[in-house]
Amino acid sequence: MRRLTHNLPFWGLLPAWLLMGFALILPILIIAAVSLATRGSHGGFSWDFNLSGYSQILFNEGWSGELEFTPQYLLIIGRTYLLAGLTTLICLVFALPVAWYISRQSPGMRALLVYLVTLPFWVSMILRVYAWMIILGKDGPLPRFLENFGLAPGTSFMFNDGATLVAMVYTCMPLMVLPIYASIEKLDLTLIEASHDLHGNRLTTFRRVILPLTAPGIISGAILVFVPSLGAVLEPVLMGGGKQMMMGSLIQLQFGGGRNWPFGAAIAMVLMGLVMLLLIFTALRAARRQAGMEATA
Amino acid sequence: MDRDKAVEVRGVSKSFGSYQALKSVSFDIGANEFFTMLGPSGCGKTTLLRMLAGFESPDSGAVLLNRREVTSIPPHKRRVNTVFQSYALFPHMTLEQNVAYGLENLGWERAKIRARTGEMLERVHMSAFASRKPAQLSGGQRQRVALARALAPEPEILLLDEPLSALDLKLRQAMRDELRNLQRDTGITFVFVTHDQEEALDMSDRIAVLGAGEVQQIGTPTQIYEEPVNRFVADFVGETNFLDVEVLEAQADRAVIRSALGTFEAPATKLMQKGPATLSLRPEKINLGDQAAGVITLDAKVISQNYMGGFTHYTLEAGGVTLRASRRNASRQGDLVPSGEAITIGFLPASARVLAS
Repeated sequence: MRRLTHNLPFWGLLPAWLLMGFALILPILIIAAVSLATRGSHGGFSWDFNLSGYSQILFNEGWSGELEFTPQYLLIIGRTYLLAGLTTLICLVFALPVAWYISRQSPGMRALLVYLVTLPFWVSMILRVYAWMIILGKDGPLPRFLENFGLAPGTSFMFNDGATLVAMVYTCMPLMVLPIYASIEKLDLTLIEASHDLHGNRLTTFRRVILPLTAPGIISGAILVFVPSLGAVLEPVLMGGGKQMMMGSLIQLQFGGGRNWPFGAAIAMVLMGLVMLLLIFTALRAARRQAGMEATA
Repeated sequence: MDRDKAVEVRGVSKSFGSYQALKSVSFDIGANEFFTMLGPSGCGKTTLLRMLAGFESPDSGAVLLNRREVTSIPPHKRRVNTVFQSYALFPHMTLEQNVAYGLENLGWERAKIRARTGEMLERVHMSAFASRKPAQLSGGQRQRVALARALAPEPEILLLDEPLSALDLKLRQAMRDELRNLQRDTGITFVFVTHDQEEALDMSDRIAVLGAGEVQQIGTPTQIYEEPVNRFVADFVGETNFLDVEVLEAQADRAVIRSALGTFEAPATKLMQKGPATLSLRPEKINLGDQAAGVITLDAKVISQNYMGGFTHYTLEAGGVTLRASRRNASRQGDLVPSGEAITIGFLPASARVLAS
């Protein structure tokens, strides 16, 4: 008994370690191993060390085994970053006023509005994306509405990057609104008055007082939106029509119809590496800022 | 008053929902004046201050700063700066950046900003902390920086919203003197808001006592304390005994009254009518025991006492009424009259005041 309580931290953390080990670290290790394996001739793979999963990202293997540079997957990586970046930017532009508005309401109203913001999470993501397919689709409410005014007759809003973007912005919006709201709610409104009092106009006040003080929320929101957007699968498949691929849908294709597991695993590793780089960069920045604050103490 | 008018408040009213915060308030503040708005919470003093700063606009009436109508001019375009009750220093900026903020927004040159910022921090003895952040300061230090920041842009009027209320007693006393000196040195009009009557009496050139959304009285500290115009002012500023009396004869500013303490003539508010009235007699005007000297002397009985160190508050019974009196503890002997003891009290009718009931 004494030994047990003595080792309480170990036993207490065991479930967490097991969960992290089996649900996170082990799968990542398996994917890393698969990315270095050899593709089988009829799907599957064999455990023979091979870098071709990675080389396929940049090079096409010709009939006689010669490598030929191909930009198609780099383009997909670029598109992925562009769409994720645009998603983040659009979410930010919409989320800032929404979060500001919510923080201005009475406490009861605030709770209700925050609840409404999170409401979409209660519905399956597939259903939400399907809803957008109906709204934007042929004979859907939006094209019909526009046609009533003689605008854009016969235009399809579906199966292009714009449609993918709409769905991505929609699904990610709460992830941007909530952290920004949390940091705006903590903002002391007297500081805004103090800025006006010290001859700062609205723009100056926003740039020099509101923005820096809500930056932690904005950064959290941006990461929460940008990272899942990089790995988006449903939106490009359903809304983009599956032809315009993103990294997420490309990975899904390689493990599915493409039957090229090592290649899919290699792209997954690259995607994860890029995300890690971003997170490490922001973490270092935050640490430097913290150190800067303490150094002046 | 022959000074220039720095502030003119003309018939200003303001309601929040069904609550009327200000009811057609009018008064002037002279240039270079240390002017205090004193009143209990909810009296409208903070609303008035926020109107001068530009954060609130009146429902009706006008506000003039240096003879210029500013009712619709936004805060950042007024040459008025505020020391906020919570100081409201920008937490992400150093003290230097805090003080420079207003100057940068006014478009000052870089070199001038640096010089002025240094000068202001020096003035409040905070130069050594220029590159610190507000979180690393004590309350008193933050207060000084808030003051430096508000004075840096050379405002025509400095507004102070209960700036001393968050400080401890010793510091508050020191800051009073510092504020007063700062006002004399700079010659800037100070408009000070407080609910602390002692602060108001100590620092102000003139005081406006506000109550229930109206100006009750404006005057010098002595006028406010010694010649209150009504029961509200007499009650809010300082402590006093109120006695029901009857006015037998009224003149311009004197009245003959009959009270439980005798019939005598005392100073009165203007336009006193014959009939029931209130007499205000402050505790320190009533002398006790060996200190009892005055035109009117009475026998009294001590009911209880509160020993305060330098003086003692006594609750007495005299002529069938209960009185509060304070006695300076001038000598070790003879101080502290025990309860139940009979004692002689005395006062000068000239130090009492007759008010309308």
